[in-house]
Amino acid sequence: MAQSGGKKRVQPHIIEEWTGKIYTSLCITFLIVTIFSMVYFVAAKGLSSFFVNGVSFKEIFGSTVWKPDGEPPLFGALPFIIGSFSTSILAALIAAPLGICAALFMVEIMPKYGKKYLQPVIELLAGIPSVVYGFVGLSVVVPFYRDLFPGQGLGIVAGATVLSIMILPTITSIATDALSALPSGLKEGSYALGATRWQTLYRTVIPTTMPALMTGVVLGMARAFGEALAVQMVIGNAPHIPTSLFESTSTLTSVITLSMGNTVMGSVQNNVLWTLAFILMAMTFIFVFTVRWLERRAKR
Amino acid sequence: MHNIELSTKDLNVFYGEKHAVKDISLDFAAKQVTALIGPSGCGKSTFLRSLNRMNDLIDGAKITGEIWLGDENINDPKTDVVLVRQKIGMVWQRPNPFHKSIYENIAFGPRYHGIRDKRKLDQIVEESLTKAAIWNETKDRLNKSALSLSGGQQQRLCIARSIAVSPNIILMDEPASALDPISSAKIEELIADLKQEYCIIIVTHNMQQAARVSDKTAFFLMGDLVEYDDTSKIFTNPSEKRTSDYISGRFG
Repeated sequence: MAQSGGKKRVQPHIIEEWTGKIYTSLCITFLIVTIFSMVYFVAAKGLSSFFVNGVSFKEIFGSTVWKPDGEPPLFGALPFIIGSFSTSILAALIAAPLGICAALFMVEIMPKYGKKYLQPVIELLAGIPSVVYGFVGLSVVVPFYRDLFPGQGLGIVAGATVLSIMILPTITSIATDALSALPSGLKEGSYALGATRWQTLYRTVIPTTMPALMTGVVLGMARAFGEALAVQMVIGNAPHIPTSLFESTSTLTSVITLSMGNTVMGSVQNNVLWTLAFILMAMTFIFVFTVRWLERRAKR
Repeated sequence: MHNIELSTKDLNVFYGEKHAVKDISLDFAAKQVTALIGPSGCGKSTFLRSLNRMNDLIDGAKITGEIWLGDENINDPKTDVVLVRQKIGMVWQRPNPFHKSIYENIAFGPRYHGIRDKRKLDQIVEESLTKAAIWNETKDRLNKSALSLSGGQQQRLCIARSIAVSPNIILMDEPASALDPISSAKIEELIADLKQEYCIIIVTHNMQQAARVSDKTAFFLMGDLVEYDDTSKIFTNPSEKRTSDYISGRFG
């Protein structure tokens, strides 16, 4: 009697167990299939401009002339690649010290107010839609640079300024987590040797958490690299390599959003835009792998 | 007798509302080991941490009373805590080496205090590691990460690190309780050696350890100092009933 009762109770658990297993496996399969199909689709489209339409690698990566409607059409994407890299690197250079120092303030200097008030405010920044950033950039940042420097105010510096504010929350919140996760006792060890607070932060806290801090910077850069809307609004969108940081130029993202409506699916013009998308995607992968590598180094 | 290296007068520590250490007046002699014993939460670690002003780092901690280091009251808010901590080193329960090389761990403190000369630093590193009885194990790998050492070695490295800034006093907060018995024995031997030169104040949960390494013992209970005397007297013939109850294992 007792035995049969026991058996009966086991049965539903097996069903429960298997339902859960099958359902979660289906979800993960769906996710993996989606990701792989997307990568495949972008890669197939992006590479077909080389292998179907016969545009040369050298032209896309080496030429500076972008005339998709010309006769013959020219697809030099170097200005966009340079534009993307320079805006996102500059944005990271502006945002990294700001974000890391803000995190230091929140974790080390004012932990009480930091956790309670400052962190939510910074997370709020992350939730503002990018079109709002772009709009503010266009109405505040661009006129500011126009008044101070020669040129229209549109360009790499305007783009990097807007992007740096956009990626600040990413860098700050990852840096905050990194600093809070400092192995216990290290700070005390440094203080006990007679180090000042500044020496402790500069020589112990920052070096120990450096890989994790860099993870935040790289993720911020990845976000800046992929951001389209806000950048497009303030960069000027001229398809050439600028001679100054305040001159209109383009990025990979801005040229895709601006041109995609004007091309016919399957045409060489359209395929080249896919190539640009493919470059963006490949770069994002590189950023993600860099983050992984940094994290592994941090664990050692 | 021995010179008094450090003494406290009516030292009180409050954590917010909690009165953790009550009116403690103690003298610590040079070249002696003083053990602070008592059950968990009796205030012995809190007391220890006040001695080099490490409680300053804890939010809401308030310390009243006097701590005399020579002719200076170091509990005065005007005191430069950096100088205090240079004279009073500290070692914790869990070894906390910096994530740097063995050499850099030792050179860290001296560099702060203005020693830049490479040869002088080399000399300090060798001396400190020798005194902490870990030179032979580390001399061939000074540039390896300190985290590659075993727990016991890390603890001796931390002791060497605090010696490197040439303190007069070393505070130890259960320095051997996170280590295996062999490493623990090595730390005890080391304490006996270091006694030749430093005033050592050690908090320990291990009564046998207190009996083995210390010259004087102070028994704390609920923030009060119950008894302070020669270790031999405390462990064989304590004058307070509470002390003998604790030592014979009746509570704690």
